[in-house]
Amino acid sequence: MLYREAGDFSTTYPEDSQTFPIRFDRYRYYAVLFIAIVIIPFVINDYWVNSIFMPFLIYSIAAIGLNILVGYCGQVSLGTGGFMAVGAYACYKLMTAFPEVSMFIHVLLSGVITAGVGVLFGLPSLRIKGFYLAVATLAAQFFLVWMFNRVSWFYNYSASGQINAPERDTFGIIITGPNTDAWAAYVFCLIFTIASAIIARNLTRGSMGRQWMAIRDMDIAAEIIGVNPLKAKLTAFAVSSFFVGISGALFFAIYLGAVEVGEVFGITKSFLVLFMIIIGGLGSIFGSFAGAAFLVLLPVLLKVIGVDWFGWPTDIVAHLNLVIVGALIIVFLIVEPHGLAQLWRLAKEKLRLWPFPH
Amino acid sequence: MKHKIGTWAVAAVMAASPVMADLVFPSLSYRTGPYAANGIPFADGYADYFTLLNERDGGIGGVMTRVPECETGYNTEKGVECYESTKGEGALVYQPLSTGITYQLIPKATADGIPVHSMGYGRTSAKDGTVFRNIFNYPANYWDGASFAIKHLLDVNDGSLEGKKIALVYHNSAYGKEPIRTLEELSEKHGFELMLLAVDHPGQEQKSQWLQIRRERPDNVIMYGWGVMNQVAIQEAANIRFPMENFIGIWWSGSENDVRPAGAAADGYKALAFHNVGSDFPVFDDIQKYVVDAGKAAGAGDQIGTVLYNRGLYAAMLAAEAARTAQEIHGVAEITAPMMRDGMEALKITEEKMAALGLPGFGPAFEVSCENHGGGGFVAMAQWSGTNDQWTLISDYEQSDQDVIGPLIAEDAAAFAAENNITPGCD
Repeated sequence: MLYREAGDFSTTYPEDSQTFPIRFDRYRYYAVLFIAIVIIPFVINDYWVNSIFMPFLIYSIAAIGLNILVGYCGQVSLGTGGFMAVGAYACYKLMTAFPEVSMFIHVLLSGVITAGVGVLFGLPSLRIKGFYLAVATLAAQFFLVWMFNRVSWFYNYSASGQINAPERDTFGIIITGPNTDAWAAYVFCLIFTIASAIIARNLTRGSMGRQWMAIRDMDIAAEIIGVNPLKAKLTAFAVSSFFVGISGALFFAIYLGAVEVGEVFGITKSFLVLFMIIIGGLGSIFGSFAGAAFLVLLPVLLKVIGVDWFGWPTDIVAHLNLVIVGALIIVFLIVEPHGLAQLWRLAKEKLRLWPFPH
Repeated sequence: MKHKIGTWAVAAVMAASPVMADLVFPSLSYRTGPYAANGIPFADGYADYFTLLNERDGGIGGVMTRVPECETGYNTEKGVECYESTKGEGALVYQPLSTGITYQLIPKATADGIPVHSMGYGRTSAKDGTVFRNIFNYPANYWDGASFAIKHLLDVNDGSLEGKKIALVYHNSAYGKEPIRTLEELSEKHGFELMLLAVDHPGQEQKSQWLQIRRERPDNVIMYGWGVMNQVAIQEAANIRFPMENFIGIWWSGSENDVRPAGAAADGYKALAFHNVGSDFPVFDDIQKYVVDAGKAAGAGDQIGTVLYNRGLYAAMLAAEAARTAQEIHGVAEITAPMMRDGMEALKITEEKMAALGLPGFGPAFEVSCENHGGGGFVAMAQWSGTNDQWTLISDYEQSDQDVIGPLIAEDAAAFAAENNITPGCD
């Protein structure tokens, strides 16, 4: 079948430990990248960018970030929305303070600032874990949102308390604001998504990732074999918050363009990203993408089918949407508690053995 | 309803073809989510008026209208999705119906050349049409509301608010924060003390705010609330025995949904209004005949005549009249979004026009111009009678304090123009 290992020999260690050891997988990955980078920007329009690709790409980054913390390091966090808000407001302050600087730098700096805030709120993780840590990060969520609503310095003293992304560019191409071309916004987010995925993948299979996973699996044993829990946990918080901050900055500056912190970065956002990684698969980069796709695309798909094809009333479709997405989440987790990534992994195993099950 | 949606579906499939035979007025509704109780009547009113035009007059200027609905759930991201998915169908004007979504759409719609009508909400400084070329917020805005509330209090207090204490209970969001600047200016002008009390979304938690009101005993309370926050506030006010006639809500805090839960205790509660209440207008007979009896009413058809239904109807009427104006200006029946914008900018609503539409005295008369996208700022006061279970207007439409609001709008619009490299002007 498609997934054949026959004739696929690795003769060096790097070859043996590459991300996609099966040739077909590797080529499929290159094909996806090729389509995403070379073909889609030329055919994309506003609808596809704003309704489908941008939310998918940005949520993928957030999911990767949270997955590092929860899936790889085992530190349950409910503060994602708050950290995304940090990224968004950092980006806003940078954009308005240094208008001539490239958006690339602003977004990266927003990630760095969020990493700092993440470390600060990660400090309690040294003493507490599990549900207790979840509650501590929940406090971060509420505190950050309250702060951005309360302190008018963060929104430049505007009358309404909203932040608006002014028009900014990178390499002379307009990236934010209403006059952005569809392809520019898409490519800008795509670059960050691909970079995040590659960085996360390589961090998690390197020594740092192993330390995280050791802490996740059994922190006392990890400590005994020489993992420094302080370093491991705080780096996990830093790296995770870095990605979440980048996604928050993109979410505000590129995708929405105007943000009201309580509505956009509320607790529901934290839950949404957490659901993404649970459904996608904890401790898997592919799972982050799968989960983001599931929760972003499915509602749009159901809406298109229900309203545009069948012509049902919009409120019925919206309610059905809740029912169907909810039911699918339950079914998925019953069938495969380890998420879509594990389903995919199993399917691959089966295909590799096919037609001989044993 | 079923049939109408069926035709929409067919039309949506046909939307791929470039020739559009309808006037499209997308409705970004919210029939689900925390604000559904308020979203449903508005969406019904909006849809029913266009159905009436189709059934009774054969559309506007001989072209049928179409109202594709898209469910936002009052959620900004879904609102963006709705905007993107409907703008390709030849959308003429958007009524985002949420301050958050309005802020999203102001730059997007301006870039796409589609007008936005944020009637009585959204960004107040959009009144300055030289900066916000595609955004309209006639007939009144939040600052008009705040100013008129103070004006009403002046009337009640023999023209002086010196030494009085007025509390503002507001939804802690862009929407709720809007009137603060105006009220601060007005407090300086009239010498009253302003007390600010924020309530966080969604607004069920107000105990501490009302305890503070009980302790500090402000003479009046003004409320900028929406959804469940209003009900809770009115109930809490009743609990601390705050005199209801000293409690004034903005127009989004003045529907049946807000006062009925408090029962008789809400008697005397006041709310601002920029259109009339009740179903005692000739147009409602037509709606009964052509829409309800024909089985074409939107939703469950049980909202007719409620405050928010009337608001949806009023919004639809203003959109339809602007489309008619655009048809006259450009001499074509099948107008485009830029033509619609011209029609909105040239809109003149007179008493005679309202009477001819079967809505005599339903709203204030006003004119829109390039400089003034916000109308005259005429607002009236409504009062709830718990015993009769209905709202009544207790004042005429009066103009707000333009001397205070004008400079504030100019200042905010100039800041927006500077931030976004817009050269103000009318071309």
